[in-house]
Amino acid sequence: MVDVTLRIRRYNPEDTQNRKPYWQEFSLKDCHPSDRVLDMLHRVKWEQDGTLALRRSCAHGVCGSDAMRINGRNMLACKALIRDLFSPVPDSVKIQVEPILGLPVLKDLIVDMEPFFAHYREVMPYFINDDPLPANGRERFQTQEDRERFDDTTKCILCACCTTACPSFWANGQYVGPAAIVQAHRFIFDSRDKATAERLAILAEPNGVWRCRTIFNCTPACPREIEVTRAIGEVKLAIQRGTTEGIIKVTEIKEVVSNS
Amino acid sequence: MNTHKVDAIIVGAGGAGLMAALYASKGGATVAVVSKLYPTRSHTGAAQGGIGAALGNKIGDDPNPDKPIYHAYDTVKGSDYLADQNAAKVLAEEAVDAVLELEHMGLPFDRTLEGKISQRRFGGHTQNFGEKLVYRACHAADRTGHMILQTLYQQCIKAGVRFYDEYHVVDVLINNGTCVGVVAIDLNSGEFHTFHGKATLFASGGWGRCWQVTSNAHSMTGDGAAAVFRRGIPMQDMEFFQFHPTGIFKLGILITEGVRGEGGILVNRHGERFMEKYAPHVKDLASRDVVSRAIYNEVKAGNGIQGRDYVYLDIRPETVNRYFAEAGESKRIDREYVEKKLPDILDFCRTYLGVDPVVEPMPVQPTAHYAMGGIPTNVNAEVVIDANWTVMPGMYAAGETACVSVHGANRLGTNSLVDLVVFGRRGGKNIAEFVKSAHFTDLPADADKEIKAEFERIRACKGKTRAYTLRDRMQKLMNDNVGVYRTAETMQAAVEGLRELRETFIKDLHVDDRGKRFNTDVMEAWELENLLDLAEVTAVSALNRRESRGAHSREDFPKRDDANLLVHTLAYREAPSLYGVAAPEYKLNMDKKVDLSLAADDPRFAPKERVY
Repeated sequence: MVDVTLRIRRYNPEDTQNRKPYWQEFSLKDCHPSDRVLDMLHRVKWEQDGTLALRRSCAHGVCGSDAMRINGRNMLACKALIRDLFSPVPDSVKIQVEPILGLPVLKDLIVDMEPFFAHYREVMPYFINDDPLPANGRERFQTQEDRERFDDTTKCILCACCTTACPSFWANGQYVGPAAIVQAHRFIFDSRDKATAERLAILAEPNGVWRCRTIFNCTPACPREIEVTRAIGEVKLAIQRGTTEGIIKVTEIKEVVSNS
Repeated sequence: MNTHKVDAIIVGAGGAGLMAALYASKGGATVAVVSKLYPTRSHTGAAQGGIGAALGNKIGDDPNPDKPIYHAYDTVKGSDYLADQNAAKVLAEEAVDAVLELEHMGLPFDRTLEGKISQRRFGGHTQNFGEKLVYRACHAADRTGHMILQTLYQQCIKAGVRFYDEYHVVDVLINNGTCVGVVAIDLNSGEFHTFHGKATLFASGGWGRCWQVTSNAHSMTGDGAAAVFRRGIPMQDMEFFQFHPTGIFKLGILITEGVRGEGGILVNRHGERFMEKYAPHVKDLASRDVVSRAIYNEVKAGNGIQGRDYVYLDIRPETVNRYFAEAGESKRIDREYVEKKLPDILDFCRTYLGVDPVVEPMPVQPTAHYAMGGIPTNVNAEVVIDANWTVMPGMYAAGETACVSVHGANRLGTNSLVDLVVFGRRGGKNIAEFVKSAHFTDLPADADKEIKAEFERIRACKGKTRAYTLRDRMQKLMNDNVGVYRTAETMQAAVEGLRELRETFIKDLHVDDRGKRFNTDVMEAWELENLLDLAEVTAVSALNRRESRGAHSREDFPKRDDANLLVHTLAYREAPSLYGVAAPEYKLNMDKKVDLSLAADDPRFAPKERVY
C-alpha cells in the first residue's frame, strides 16, 4: 500500500477567495500501486472535496475525456497508474496534477476544448469520395496493404494530449496542432478518399504542418501509442512531393534502400 | 429564459443520436444535438468486437454463405423469444445496407484478402438456423465502435449539424399529450436552456452504473430514460439487463467476445474448457446469458481460479491452435495475428492487470453491460406508451435507451451497433418526414420551473451523506441482489434497500459545491437520482416476472413460461410529485404480446427450448 500526496492545480472563477489559480494538496492513505490517477482524483472528489472539477467518462482510455498534465507529462488520468509513474513504488509518493497547457482553463482540471475542436474541423476531417458507388451497392474494395497504410492514425480519440504537449502550439495557438494533422493523415493516406489535394493545401498554409519543429513531444504523449511525429512527417513529405505515392513507412526504409 | 427553437432535438451524441441527426439533417430538418459529453466521448466508442450483418464475405477458404433471415433467427433465439419478430427482421435486413453505408462513409473496416469487409465469428451468430457458426461480425480491429462513432461524427460535421456539447438534458417537456422539447443545463455556465422542437429523439444510452462491476462508462446513468419515465412514459422489459461474461476481474472493463470469436476459450481452475458442458455445440460462443450463468455456476461449484469468483479467458496462440486442430479446422493463429486483431484488449490487460494475454490467460468475470429494456418504441423509433402501441406524438427513441424490442431478454453480441445504426437511421428519416407537416406545439407554462426547483434543492443540501456513499451502496445492492441470478428474496431486498437509499437521498444528502460553473458535484447527485429511479423499476419489474428467460434467471422460477409470459413488461411510475418521492407506486402492465409474425409463416421461429 502507498500513501499518496496529490498536488492539484485549482482554479474556479466563482471563488472570490482565490482570484488566481493555486496549488492544493490532498493526502490519500492506502492507495494500491495499480490505482489510476483517476481513482485518486475520484477519492478526493468523493471523500474530501466535492468541488473538484474534472472530466472523465469511460475510465479505460478510449473516450479521451481525462487528458491531464501528470507529473509534468500529458496523460489520460485513467491510464496513469501509480506503478507506471514510479518504479519501484516507494511507500509514499507525491503526484502533481494540472490541466493540459495551451487551452483556457475553465475550472480546476477542465479546459476549454473549443479551440482544439475548431482546429480539428479545419482539416476537413471527413471522408470525401463523390465517385459513383459500386453498381451492386456493395463496399468499395481496399487491399489489406492499403488499409494498413493509415491504420495507426485511425486510433486517435481526440483527447488533445499531443496538441497540448507541443511547444509550437503553446507558442502559437493558431497552429492546427498534432491532433488535427493526425486526423488529416487518416484521410490523406486512405486509398478511398479523393480530397488529398485540398487537405494538403490546407496543411501547407503557415499554420499547418510547417509550425511543427519535430520536437517529438507529441509521440510519447499519445495514450493510443500513435506515432504522431511520423504521421506529421509523412504529411510534410506528401506536401513537398505533391503526392502520397511512394512515401514509405519507416519499417520499409532498409529494404527499399538496400534494393535500390 | 434561454430558448432554442429547432425542428428536431436529438438527446445524446452516440451512434444512434449521430445517425438520427445525420438523417434528420439530410432530410431538411433543422437539428440540435444536445449531449452532456463531447460526441466523441460517447460510450458507442467503447464497443469493440464488431457489427453484425449478413454480408457473407468469403473468409479464407470458407465460402461463408449468410442471409439476413439467419441473422433474424439468431437474434430471436438469442432473445429467448422475447424479441418482436417484425423488429428482428427489420434489424437483420437493414443491417446489410447500414454496414455498407458506413463503409461508403469511409469507415475503415478490416479487409479480407479480396479487399472486402472482414468478418469474424461472434456468440450466437450461425448459418442456416443454427447449423454452424458464421462469420458475420464486421470489424475494425477491436475498436469497431470507436470507428463508427468517429465516422458518424465526421459525417455530421460535413453535413453542418449543430451541436450543443456539454449540455446535460435533465427534463422532457410534454404539453397536450405531445412531446415539445427538453430542458438542459449548460455545464459550463450552469444556466438552464429550453429546447423547443417538433420532434425529440432520445438516444441517451444505458444505465450500467446501477451495478458495481460494469463495463459502462461513469456517464452511463440513464438520464434520458429517467427523465421520460418520471413524465409518465413506461419503461419496457427493465428486468432484462445483460451481464457480459468477460469483464476484467474486479474492474469490469470489457474484453470483447471477439476474443472467443478469434478462437479464445474459457477455462476453470482445473484447466477445463467448461463451456463444452453447457453448450456442447457452439461452446464458448453461446449467447452471453448462457456463458455468464456458466461462469457463475463454475464459481459456485468451487471451480473459480484459486476458488475465487473469476475464470480464465485464454487467447494464447498455442491454446487456440490446439483446439482448432481438435475441431479439424485448418486455421492457425500466431502472436502477430492476435496483436493485429485485438490490440486494444491486449493494451487493457497489459495496462490494468500487468497481464500479457499472448503469454498468460486473462482473469474475467461477468460484468453489467447492456440494457435490453428501456423506452418502448415501434420500428419507426416512435415512442409508444401502452400495450396498444399508441404513439406519443413528437417523441422518438433509439439505441440502448430504447426498447424496440429487437433484443428481447438477451442481446446477441454485435447487435447493439446494428440497433443504433438501423434504428437511429429510421428515427432520423421519420423525423425529417414528420417535421415537414407537423406544427410546433406550445411549450408548457413555466417549462423549467420544476426541474430548476429540484436542482436548487440539491445544490443547497447540507446533510451528512455524500452522493458517492449512496451510489456505492446502490451498486453493491444491485450486484448482490439483481445480478446474474435472482430470487424473490434478493429482489425484495433490493427494492427495500433502494427505498432506504432514496430516503437518505432526500433527507440527508451532502453537497460541497454551491457554484454554477461545471458543478459536477451536483450533477453526480442528479445522475444518482436517475440511477436510483432506474434501479428501482428494474428490481420491481424483475420481481414481477415469475419465470427465467434470457438474462432474467430466477432460482425460484427456473423455467420459461411461454403460456403466460410471452409478453413485454410495461412499468409505469405513479408518484405525487416528480422528484425526491419517498416511495413511488408502480403499475405493471403485462398485456403487450410479443410479435411472432415470422413464426406465423415459418415454424423454425416458434418459441422452443434454447440449446446452443
